[in-house]
Amino acid sequence: LATVNAAFSLNLILYFSSDEPLKKPIPLHEQTVKDEKGRYKRFHGAFTGGFSAGYFNTVGSKEGWTPSTFVSSRQQKAEKHNARPEDFMDEEDFSEHGIAPREITTSQEFSSGHRDETREKARAVNAQAALIPGDTLLEELIAPAQSSIGVELLRKMGWREGQGVGPRVKRKPRRQQPDNSTKLYGCAMPPAGSEESEDDEEEFAPENVTFAPKDVTPVDFTPRLGLQGLGYSGLDPGLALLGQGASEHINLFNPQSETRGQLFGDKQKHTRRGGVAGQAFGVGALEDDDEDIYHRDSMSRYDTVLGGEEPGDGLYGWTAPQQYTKRKDKNKDALYLGKILEGFTLAQKPAEEKTIFPPPILPRDYRPVHHFRPVIQVSRLSGVSPALAEALKSSRGHMTKDEPQQEGRHQLDSGQRRTLLGEETLQGPTSVMELLRPEDRERLQNIPLRPAGMSAGPSALSGVMSSSVQQQQQQQQQQQQEALTMWRGVQTSSQTFKPFEKNPSKQARYELYLNRLKQGDKDALEQSLDLGMTEWERSREREEFVRASILYRPSSSSLSSRFTRAKHQEDEDTVEVNRDQEGDVDDKQAAVKMKMFGKLTRETFEWHPDKLLCKRFNVPDPYPGSGVVGLPKVKRDKFSVFNFLTMTENRATPAPPKPAESGKKSRWDVSGQTEDEEEKKDPLSELLSAARNQTTETKLDQTSSPAVSTSVSSVQPRDSKHEVHCQK
Amino acid sequence: MAFPQPRPQAPQLPQHLLRTIDCQQGAVRAVRFNVDGNYLLSCGSDKSLKLWTVSRGTLLKTYSGHGYEVLDADGSYDNSQLCSCSSDKTVILWDVATGQVTRKLRGHAGKVNCVQFNEEATVILSGSIDGTVRCWDTRSRRFEPIQVLDEARDSISSLKVAQHELLTGSVDGRVRRYDLRMGQLHVDFIDSPITCVCFSQDGQCTLSSSLDSAVRLLDKSTGEMLGEYKGHKMKGYKLDCCLSSKDTHVLSCSEDGHVYCWDLVEGSLSLKLPVGKAVVQSLSFHPSETRLLTAMEGRVQVWGSEPEETMDDPTQT
Repeated sequence: LATVNAAFSLNLILYFSSDEPLKKPIPLHEQTVKDEKGRYKRFHGAFTGGFSAGYFNTVGSKEGWTPSTFVSSRQQKAEKHNARPEDFMDEEDFSEHGIAPREITTSQEFSSGHRDETREKARAVNAQAALIPGDTLLEELIAPAQSSIGVELLRKMGWREGQGVGPRVKRKPRRQQPDNSTKLYGCAMPPAGSEESEDDEEEFAPENVTFAPKDVTPVDFTPRLGLQGLGYSGLDPGLALLGQGASEHINLFNPQSETRGQLFGDKQKHTRRGGVAGQAFGVGALEDDDEDIYHRDSMSRYDTVLGGEEPGDGLYGWTAPQQYTKRKDKNKDALYLGKILEGFTLAQKPAEEKTIFPPPILPRDYRPVHHFRPVIQVSRLSGVSPALAEALKSSRGHMTKDEPQQEGRHQLDSGQRRTLLGEETLQGPTSVMELLRPEDRERLQNIPLRPAGMSAGPSALSGVMSSSVQQQQQQQQQQQQEALTMWRGVQTSSQTFKPFEKNPSKQARYELYLNRLKQGDKDALEQSLDLGMTEWERSREREEFVRASILYRPSSSSLSSRFTRAKHQEDEDTVEVNRDQEGDVDDKQAAVKMKMFGKLTRETFEWHPDKLLCKRFNVPDPYPGSGVVGLPKVKRDKFSVFNFLTMTENRATPAPPKPAESGKKSRWDVSGQTEDEEEKKDPLSELLSAARNQTTETKLDQTSSPAVSTSVSSVQPRDSKHEVHCQK
Repeated sequence: MAFPQPRPQAPQLPQHLLRTIDCQQGAVRAVRFNVDGNYLLSCGSDKSLKLWTVSRGTLLKTYSGHGYEVLDADGSYDNSQLCSCSSDKTVILWDVATGQVTRKLRGHAGKVNCVQFNEEATVILSGSIDGTVRCWDTRSRRFEPIQVLDEARDSISSLKVAQHELLTGSVDGRVRRYDLRMGQLHVDFIDSPITCVCFSQDGQCTLSSSLDSAVRLLDKSTGEMLGEYKGHKMKGYKLDCCLSSKDTHVLSCSEDGHVYCWDLVEGSLSLKLPVGKAVVQSLSFHPSETRLLTAMEGRVQVWGSEPEETMDDPTQT
């Protein structure tokens, strides 16, 4: 649209600027409009010109009547065409003044406008302390001025640069830095146009005159980039370049006062001009006065009186006013402290002082040892009044009560602990005694009395030898009776322990015995035994059955509810026992008493070190290929009666007084027990040992040189091996 | 041409106190020379292990990392590593220079009484109150022992390693010698709880002290007794015994505050060294010179054959 207008106006200008006066204006229908490319445009619409619609002013499009966006979704279902807003825009919209301009234009920041003076001022203030003081000036040169819409609005509302924002006030507010003058010492104040006169003017200001509020300098939040510490200010350009000459008093506490004053819009007017100036530089061409050339110091420039200048507020000399003295004090503090850092103000309230109390003075005879007072059990003190008991309790905190909570946890029984923990009580009886039948319980209680009576009875009847046999028989019968009473009437044959699982026939016999027991058969034992067995076997089985039936008696249901069957049945019926049992200790003790150390006290075992240990000790493995580590073990039947009869076996073989054939023993004559085993399988073991010796010999022959092997004796394979390695 | 043989010198005994080191680590449980005898290790009951120079008595390093009192320590052959055992059931392998824990070996079920490197410091052997000796591998990263020797029926009180042999003394009154080369275990029955065992320097004998206040020298190969040394008091404490560097004397701590020194061959008491009033906890004999370390309470004392004149030399020059 705009381009059309532009072209139209161009045409009109051409029309009006033509030299010859026009006789008659071109009629409307003859006026032509071209677009930016010189093509004729046709107006659609009455006057302003419409727009070309469709394809060459048809309703359709290039593709015809079907819109281009339509795609048959039969083949391309997934592909979705997203229309962007730009698809519906024409080039006008993309042009400079369009909705979405695509041409390069001056952005907001660089567009010309009014400056934000306050911000600049703040930055300038900050730049005073910056490393390079003129920093902002450069920025000003580059960055074009701009003004925000807010500034524009404010200006429309009557605001002017340099004024504060807010309702106008009747009286000009007090200067923001009223103490400025008090900080200055000496005769620095230029007399002309001083504040006092202004203040005076203010005094006489008419009532109806209002003033704009003082402009506020915003805090500049630009971060410090330098490495300097807090409060550092670089070379002050005001001092260095502006040439504050002799007339300016060196101000210790506010060296930047001049520029600062200018920035804050102080009314002080300094006549000094910029540039390098001073005595040493002479008078420049631009300087009109040269009074400083022959500078002469005069005493009038110095203070003659010690003490503060009269402050400008006119309250000097008042004796009582509280706030004045306070302010004065604060000021003094500030003076004392020196320059207050940029961005900091003096605290209004003094910091709270921490009161530190001195430690208590210890008495001279104090010893830093604490004696615990004895615990007073009030319950034991019978004559103590309740008030005293209470006092004791509260004073020491040591009063013990008789309540179970006060006791240690070891004093509690399981029931008390359970209640403490809030657990539920277990089902079933609480004591083992309750599980027993009353007659059993009685019997148990009588047990300590029984052996004495029993031993007394039969021994009186018969001789010593027969009494022991009789005793055994009686005991057996008693046990049978016991088993009978236990098993009688037990109906649940659910899952009893099967002690003879390995021997099915024996187990069957045992079960038969149990069944008879349950029926209450008195001679269940004799009937269930196999008559084909020998007497010795039968007697042994009899004993085993009775013991087993007593041991694995049916547990009452309440007790069995507390136990569960093992998940994995332990199939191993064997235990590992050291193959070489140690000899009798008593003999050795006797030998030690007689100081006969040596053969009697020395025992040697075959011991297999770990392969890695041999490697670490740089020693060849003495038993290569053996998987055994430590002392060699032998598997023994777990439930064998002979496990518990080893003592007699040991007794049977005499203590090993070894034939003194050599200092070192071969591993075959270690202890009596192994000898016994050897003897049992005599022909086989001989064969085996012979074969073993042969193999070791051949091995030696293979590994070592023939000369060495000839020197080796074939009797002691271990020793020979040792020698071989030594020679290697 | 043959020079006349020098007259055999009378054997010297460490009877002069050279130095007393106040270890500042509570009671000193054990004191040990390092491999060349220039440094000493003191095991404190305040969980620290300290390394000192013998010559000046200066503290070189404190090794802290144990959770309870340190009971024994040993230095490796190249002085680069230390091992120590403690009541906290652990054995620690230390780096000497940095003082850092190289490895902390757990596995014992009770406090570890004694610890020893093998000759090449590839294995640490530790004996514990749980009755086992554990062989720890220092080369691999495995934290399980190579082998556990559980033949003892009671606490292992002392163990020593010499070449391919391991000698252990147990409270069950037996001295066990494991011969790795032969693959044999020799058990010598002493009857009284063993407190300390030693090999002789020549490797032919074993020395064992027991709680019946006797030190016995046994022939290694047969187990026959070669000498019995009595006179000292060893009734309840686990005290050390040792042989002198040239196998001339047998030394033993005593509960009466003395170190007893017997002639090895004659069996006669040749020196009764008064150390102090309390029990002499531990002692260690220098590997080559006539120098003895004793530990009593919190102090370690260095004893020499003659008073040291060279004490002042370093300060003068």
